[in-house]
Amino acid sequence: MLLFKLFFAFIQVGMFSVGGGYAAIPLIQDQIVNIYGMMTLEEFSDLITVAEMTPGPISINSATFVGMRIAGIPGVLLCSIGCIIPSFFICLILAHFYYKYRTVSGVQVVLGAMRPAVVALIASAGASILLLGLFQAELQEVVLSNIRWVELGIFAAALYILRKYKASAIAIILGSGVVGTAIYAIMGAVI
Amino acid sequence: MKKDYSKLWVLFKSMFVLSACTFGGGFVIVSLMKKKYVEELKWLEEDEMLDVTAITQSAPGPLPVNASVIIGYRIAGVVGSLTAIFGTILPPMVIISVISVFYEQFRTNPYIGTALQVMRAGVAAVIFDVVWNLAHNVWNTKRILYIAMMITAFIATYLLDVSAMIIILTCLGIGIIDLLVKTFGMVRTKDGGIV
Repeated sequence: MLLFKLFFAFIQVGMFSVGGGYAAIPLIQDQIVNIYGMMTLEEFSDLITVAEMTPGPISINSATFVGMRIAGIPGVLLCSIGCIIPSFFICLILAHFYYKYRTVSGVQVVLGAMRPAVVALIASAGASILLLGLFQAELQEVVLSNIRWVELGIFAAALYILRKYKASAIAIILGSGVVGTAIYAIMGAVI
Repeated sequence: MKKDYSKLWVLFKSMFVLSACTFGGGFVIVSLMKKKYVEELKWLEEDEMLDVTAITQSAPGPLPVNASVIIGYRIAGVVGSLTAIFGTILPPMVIISVISVFYEQFRTNPYIGTALQVMRAGVAAVIFDVVWNLAHNVWNTKRILYIAMMITAFIATYLLDVSAMIIILTCLGIGIIDLLVKTFGMVRTKDGGIV
């Protein structure tokens, strides 16, 4: 019964979290903390910390964390599957129509207008992450003198390597983690 | 659209690696997917990847999962979708299951904290690299409308905090108007010569 409730709760999370991972957090809180009382608010804030610190989509991360805490491995499976079921069917239908009609010239005109916006959205995500990396702050709270020189150097070096040698993105991300941590460890300034 | 089941293993493997190494929100993984599937494997066209991003952003659910459903479908139909989804959700499921047990040690480990902080610089570099190419291509369309939309959308989302969903829907509206204007223009050309 508990498992069934969990499964159903995460189907709702998957269904109504429109617009990226952070939109899912209040929904999960509502289902798990407020409606079913399956977690305390403190446990829930732990969950957000972990979900942000680990790779992968934030809603899958939280589904797994909640599932594990409440019902072990079966909980993990049910929560994660519940979370993706609505996306799966909706995107499958969208994909079907997209590939059926995308070569129609009228559809191309409409899609063409959406592409510049997507570029802007990706750029905006990049700008936010860059500021977090260089200043550990959002745009409104940036203090120029707080710039972190190690991160700035890594950013510049990584961008240079990517442009010049077409390096793999994964190698760049993991490499910057290893190199940066090593520099801070040598400086004796690990956070 | 041709289904190609021989690509399933590469599809699973690449989704798995991307998902395991992606820190940050949905647009990070979109940048990585663009590099992988457009530039490296050449499975998708660049415009297609942008369309897929717009669709995934407008559908409910986690963006990386949505994108894997569509890309998987493109490569090998429903089987491809399931393969791609499995590759995407497996790493976070395993990682979080382990971490939820060692949560305190993980949260307070200084090396993990530092690595996560410096990795942001690397992630930002990857996104800038991708955006550089994409913006360059929008610029090359030489359409003032598209260039203006790109700049306006950036200001709206980054400085004014307008949600991504609203921006995509607004541009969908502009696209429909654009289509109507073009269609209307063509009709007028036939009988009157006005473009």
